Amino acid sequence: MTSKSFARGVRRGLPVGVGYFSVSFGFGAMAVSQGIRALDAALISLTNLTSAGQFAGLTLIVAAASLWEIVLTQIVINSRYSLMSLALSQRLGKNVGIPGRLAIAFVNTDEIFALAMAEKEPLSTSFMMGLGSLPVLGWTSGTLFGALAGSVLPGNIRTALGVMLYGMFIAIVVPPAKQEKPVRITVILAMVLSCLFAWAPVLKTVSPGVAIVVCTVAAAAVCAWLFPIREEEGQV
Amino acid sequence: MSIYVYIFTMALTTYLVRMLPLTLFRKPIKSPFIRSFLHYVPYACLAAMTFPAILTGTGNILSGAAALIVAVALALKGKSLLIVSLGSSAAVLLTDFLLKAIF
Repeated sequence: MTSKSFARGVRRGLPVGVGYFSVSFGFGAMAVSQGIRALDAALISLTNLTSAGQFAGLTLIVAAASLWEIVLTQIVINSRYSLMSLALSQRLGKNVGIPGRLAIAFVNTDEIFALAMAEKEPLSTSFMMGLGSLPVLGWTSGTLFGALAGSVLPGNIRTALGVMLYGMFIAIVVPPAKQEKPVRITVILAMVLSCLFAWAPVLKTVSPGVAIVVCTVAAAAVCAWLFPIREEEGQV
Repeated sequence: MSIYVYIFTMALTTYLVRMLPLTLFRKPIKSPFIRSFLHYVPYACLAAMTFPAILTGTGNILSGAAALIVAVALALKGKSLLIVSLGSSAAVLLTDFLLKAIF
């Protein structure tokens, strides 16, 4: 039973694992272009398993930011996971104890969460571990391959691979922004604020972590106030 | 500071954000404001991290702008993550090539 549900989880997670491989390739390429060693880039992916948080972390490491800034940035950027973990918590089977929960928390990414919530049965630890296994493998190995490719390829190709991650972020943001006005306004507001922190006098001296946190919190808070989502509409 | 201190700090913080609601705080969040805020956070932070950084990320504002325009155009057409990211990379290479050919 246990190995059966593990195997079923592995099969369900396969498409996400393949997708993660290609996406994290961009993270690896960008990391080496900023002077991070290939194995360190793979270690970041293995231990963090989050695209936006890792990218912000990379920026902060390169800028030699302070640790409290890293902590603050990760909490804000990854805050959505707390909501997903709460939702996931309601769907776990009764026999999932603390060790199972500690392990499941590690693999709770946006895509794994979506797959888990689509299950009809209560979720077991073995199913969740199966579900997370290929995505973790894909995310880590993709980063390593991207970093190695970025290290050996000529400079202009390395630069071109370095924008893959931005391309991915754009692919995540644009479709919902096209369909939903509140998301569109959130995105525009965050971009305007981000430009101020990049170019405006005084503001441009603010460190990158604080800038990301302020842009994110301000844009999300203004839109949460203007466009609150009612319970039944909330996807997460 | 060692890179491993940074990596460990990032990993631990991210893990705690995921782990605490699965173990200690299991009550659903009722506040519509907080639920909405958490719904908008990913879009806000991805947008802020991408723009204007993509313009300067390649070291040349023209190729950065090309990457941005191609990626947005492909994403508006509903293309997959992989196609959009490869498209933005191709735009950088092509712009780079054209600039060298012209100047």
